[in-house]
Amino acid sequence: MSILVDKNTKVITQGITGKTALFHAKGALDYGTQMVGGTSPGKGGTTVEIQLENGTTAKMPVFNTVREAVDATGATASVIYVPPAFAADAIMEAVDAELDLVICITEGIPVLDMVKVKRYMEGKKTRLIGPNCPGVITPGECKIGIMPGYIHMKGHVGVVSRSGTLTYEAVHQLTTRGIGQSTAVGIGGDPVKGTEFIDVLKMFNEDPDTYAVILIGEIGGTAEEEAAEWIKANMTKPVIGFIGGVTAPPGKRMGHAGAIISGGKGTAAEKIAKLEACGVRVAPTPAEIGATLVSVLEERGLLEKCITRR
Amino acid sequence: MNIHEYQGKEILKQYGVAVPEGRVAFTVDEAVEAAGELGLPVVVKAQIHAGGRGKAGGVKVARSIDEVRKYASELLGKVLVTHQTGPEGKEVKRLLIERGCDIKKEYYVGVVVDRSSGRVVMMASEEGGTEIEEVAARSPEKIFKEVIDPAVGLLPFQARRLAFNINIPNELVGKAVQFMTGLYNAFVDKDCSIAEINPLVVTGDGDILALDAKLNFDANALYRHPEIVALRDFDEEDEKEIQASKFDLSYIALDGNIGCMVNGAGLAMATMDIIKYYGGEPANFLDVGGGASKEKVTEAFKIILSDPKVKGIFVNIFGGIMRCDVIAEGIIAAVRELGLDRPLVVRLEGTNVELGKKLLAESGLNITPADSMADGAKKIVELVK
Repeated sequence: MSILVDKNTKVITQGITGKTALFHAKGALDYGTQMVGGTSPGKGGTTVEIQLENGTTAKMPVFNTVREAVDATGATASVIYVPPAFAADAIMEAVDAELDLVICITEGIPVLDMVKVKRYMEGKKTRLIGPNCPGVITPGECKIGIMPGYIHMKGHVGVVSRSGTLTYEAVHQLTTRGIGQSTAVGIGGDPVKGTEFIDVLKMFNEDPDTYAVILIGEIGGTAEEEAAEWIKANMTKPVIGFIGGVTAPPGKRMGHAGAIISGGKGTAAEKIAKLEACGVRVAPTPAEIGATLVSVLEERGLLEKCITRR
Repeated sequence: MNIHEYQGKEILKQYGVAVPEGRVAFTVDEAVEAAGELGLPVVVKAQIHAGGRGKAGGVKVARSIDEVRKYASELLGKVLVTHQTGPEGKEVKRLLIERGCDIKKEYYVGVVVDRSSGRVVMMASEEGGTEIEEVAARSPEKIFKEVIDPAVGLLPFQARRLAFNINIPNELVGKAVQFMTGLYNAFVDKDCSIAEINPLVVTGDGDILALDAKLNFDANALYRHPEIVALRDFDEEDEKEIQASKFDLSYIALDGNIGCMVNGAGLAMATMDIIKYYGGEPANFLDVGGGASKEKVTEAFKIILSDPKVKGIFVNIFGGIMRCDVIAEGIIAAVRELGLDRPLVVRLEGTNVELGKKLLAESGLNITPADSMADGAKKIVELVK
């Protein structure tokens, strides 16, 4: 088991003829993801050929619309790499086609476009991950996004994060210790996004194959504080955390659109204090995320169950 | 992106938000001329991208032309230190000369994007003139909020409700509604990230005016607002930050002495944190991005080295899509081109890491390799001591 995606997830790439999209479609296919096609308005009816690492060629049918792609391929998920100016429209097209899951990698979407997208999604079935995120991976089964697949390993620790490279850092620290991951979810660095920490924590809590969770947050907003409250009230599995930006100055946007301390709110210190108060042990440095998890797993008698490779 | 108060007021005027009549002045003569046109008394306001100007002596009421001349010459060229500028302050290069008005009462109105609801929210308070954060801490019950549905925009009843809640006089509620509607429309049309009117004032003549205006814009949306980009004031920005933005590098100057070059915003922030944790002080935030080229790495290096405060450099890369050998080549090229007179610690991990390490080792350059992020942070902190 896992959350969000598995070996049965059929994925299309929106804007598949773009350079970035093609590069990552290949990465997903090489990893074994069931990539079944893509869209590119005006290029419907053509086929994209992708040379894979194993010497074979994957033939991806291209459609004009997401609806056509879904009808023809039975896809349940899509991934979006289109440029920021077109990304909101791409998300809404996927929602209209009633996909279960849409993962938007695109960075730089205007915030007010996302406000409209969220309004449009109300009452609809689709879950959006992102934007401005690395994607979602269930190791050994399905990789959707830009993360390096090979650092991951199948297992029982869930990872949810606002940052791409910090997720890789955490996953790497787990894998080198023989601790595999159930699913790693990058929810993205934008202030208005499809999925928040609590949504993912709920899924991990209900997933019988996830035994513990790593939550990686950063300055800006109060999502970590809200997650901490939720964990205290509902979570049956241990959660450890890391918060980036202890040294970040107020009022400056630290790379991510959402990573900004404004009006004295959203500091790392507040978030760390709240998480600790709610029983979430927070790693003192990013280099100690793995070690912090190991110590908590040991205390809970879960370490042996979580080691998936010796 | 930030703009000046006078520019914000120009924009608001286009949306029917009432503002006092005013002129921008770059010289004392222009200030005097503006005052002549507007009629006395006038308010002479320093234009810098920071709040707290009033308390720092950047806002003066002039009742005669002599006073206008006096205040304008005092303020132009003065370094204003407010609680938002940092101790180094900001030099005043522009003034807003504004017609004075008879203030009866001050209020607050602000518009922001609320993350939790994913909606635009308008806030208002009777406690104008003080910072809203202060009001929120002291008497949160005095702040009223309306969550706005993007499908229909700010509805008249919502604006009325805000006006009544903050006790705008009954006969002026209509004007307040027009004011708030204009403010919301400007916010959405121009892709603002913050629009703050503090204070909004009711005058003796029964007018509702924006006495101050702070507009910030969503950097992600600037591509569709060339008219806003044209308002950018490079004097208000750090030179290194301007240089970095030309190469699509995300750079923020800090006060420490350890320069950092990292891929990914989260890791870049965490790298600053770990330097601090081991007793050092980061000189900057620098994210070279996911798909950095050799050229981009070289530019990033140039910017770091151009900072005289930097006594050592820590490169921390987790190569996912970005290959470590490309980073290594970029570092080698940059060091060959620029020379290296300060310690450099490099930590590489991820795709093609062995090749990257080999390239650095064989380059013959004085580079200290690190095995992990913690190891690298400790080493650079030690080296700059």
